Amino acid sequence: MNFLTNLRRHAAARPALLILALLVVGLGYSVVSPQQSSAETEMTQQIEEGKALFDFTCSSCHGLGGEGTSQGPSLIGVGAAAVDFQMGTGRMPAAREQAQLPSRQVNYSQEQIEAVAAYVATLGAGPEIPAESAYSPEGLTEEEIARGGALFRANCSACHGIVGGGGAMPNGKYAPSLVETDAVHIYEAVRTGPQQMPTFSKDVMPDESVREIIGYLDEAHEQPNYGGLTMGDAGPVSEGFWAFILGIGGLAIVATWIAKKGARAR
Amino acid sequence: MSHDNLPVKDPDLGHSVPDPGLEPHVERYTDVDKGAGNRAYAAILMMLAAVPVLAIAFVVIYFAVPRNAYIDFGLLKANAQNVGFGLTGGLAAVLIGVAVIQWARVLMSDEESVELRHAASSTDDDRAAVMGLWDDGVEQSSVRRRKLLLGALGGAVGISLVPAVVLLADMGPHPTKRLREETLERTIWAEGILLLNDENWLPIRPEMLEVGQLVNAQPANLRYLHGVEAHQAKAKAAIIVVRMDPNSIKVPESRKDWHVSGILAYSKICTHVGCPISLWERQTHHLLCPCHQSTFDLGNSGVVVFGPAARALPQLPITVNADGYLVAQSDFTVPVGPSYFERDSSQDFKDGDQ
Repeated sequence: MNFLTNLRRHAAARPALLILALLVVGLGYSVVSPQQSSAETEMTQQIEEGKALFDFTCSSCHGLGGEGTSQGPSLIGVGAAAVDFQMGTGRMPAAREQAQLPSRQVNYSQEQIEAVAAYVATLGAGPEIPAESAYSPEGLTEEEIARGGALFRANCSACHGIVGGGGAMPNGKYAPSLVETDAVHIYEAVRTGPQQMPTFSKDVMPDESVREIIGYLDEAHEQPNYGGLTMGDAGPVSEGFWAFILGIGGLAIVATWIAKKGARAR
Repeated sequence: MSHDNLPVKDPDLGHSVPDPGLEPHVERYTDVDKGAGNRAYAAILMMLAAVPVLAIAFVVIYFAVPRNAYIDFGLLKANAQNVGFGLTGGLAAVLIGVAVIQWARVLMSDEESVELRHAASSTDDDRAAVMGLWDDGVEQSSVRRRKLLLGALGGAVGISLVPAVVLLADMGPHPTKRLREETLERTIWAEGILLLNDENWLPIRPEMLEVGQLVNAQPANLRYLHGVEAHQAKAKAAIIVVRMDPNSIKVPESRKDWHVSGILAYSKICTHVGCPISLWERQTHHLLCPCHQSTFDLGNSGVVVFGPAARALPQLPITVNADGYLVAQSDFTVPVGPSYFERDSSQDFKDGDQ
């Protein structure tokens, strides 16, 4: 123990101990304190970019804090998935007020959309943009696709038609066709319930069920249409319209031709 | 050509319009020009001659073209056989029709003729002759002397219809009041029956539903049934469950225990002609039937706001069981689905009831 006692009495002992103590405290703090990792910096940056874009393009209707105005609903709690759906299908930003916002050309990059989505997600918790495994119909069995058809007919066909061709609704609204819709946007619409569409939560309609529905739609839309022209998949209305125009019109022309006297040797 | 049309007299105008008669007959080119006639003749023969060729082509296509081959026209894909059948068979039928019409138009006689109207009844002579024949028949059949013959024949024919009437009447169960109460007027919903999401059969807890959510649900006991029984039960028991903000809906006093914090269950069967409906607008709370556009307000006990339906959509009283799952409190309180003659509509909910 003499060795330690000698060290303690050494002239440099006090400054050395002080430096050691400072080092321990400093290192300890750096371990315990919340760290600003590079990923987090990126995320903050994304949210800031999103906010800038939001202030510029969305806030005139949805309010500077996304709280909603008389022009547009509150976005607090709608979640990133709603933003990805609305902007990713070109429905938002809206050109003007309409009975229903149509799907249009998308003028924003996916990075910009994700930035706005990340910012809106900070306003209140809501459905997130899904991972591909949640909606990709890859690897579904025939049985699962058939169940997807049953689920689609029970839950979706009332509005979207029996194979997703879309349908009319009251007061100028409509359920859009799902033929061209991306799987991710179908998933997001199911979870967020855009406009008049009801929501289908994860607990009642698990990802597995949504995947099956998407698998059924893909399968149904890949089938060659042996019946010829679909006339907009709108059912008996459009078919009856064409039958009337072409059928009755054709019959009238033929009847006129039969009764016409034709060229005469006058 | 003479006929009896008199000149038309118009007393107001003070003049009469003479009967213009038939317009003068002008011959067709094909009648005056031998070449034109022969050309028309040849054209008709050509059309008819093409028909056998097309018919043979039809048969060749039937055997030669694979059944699952299809032609891609870009916008539409069509089965190659169907396209071939349509082009050959359709064209053959059209050619026969065109050839026959053209024959009538350019080759058949072109003389106009007039056929005058006359009374629809036969002449008195003809009618007297027919009545004479009838009387002779009656006399010769000896029914005047042996009067029972006609009665016996009528009775025999009449009674022979009875088996047919019995068979027809027995084609289904008689819709007596008791049978209606056991079938038409009840569903398999009962106290404590779980609400299951249709097709993936998940039980539902209130916290699983967000405001604006729609669930197409079925009773859990439907799963014990199979075949026809299951279909009949499902056709009546199908429900839709919706969650709305309790502050945004009208709940009458008599139904304040029928919902679970804004979660309401209604029959999915339209009260007009029984189409299944689930076209629900989350913002207006309106449920639209796609068949005839009947619209029900699910935020107001399912009353009709538009369309041909005459009665509110029946609401199913629901509650939460001890495990926290949604269950029915009872069966529907009124018969679901479309009307029928004997239906008592006094129990149905009317707008403004409490």
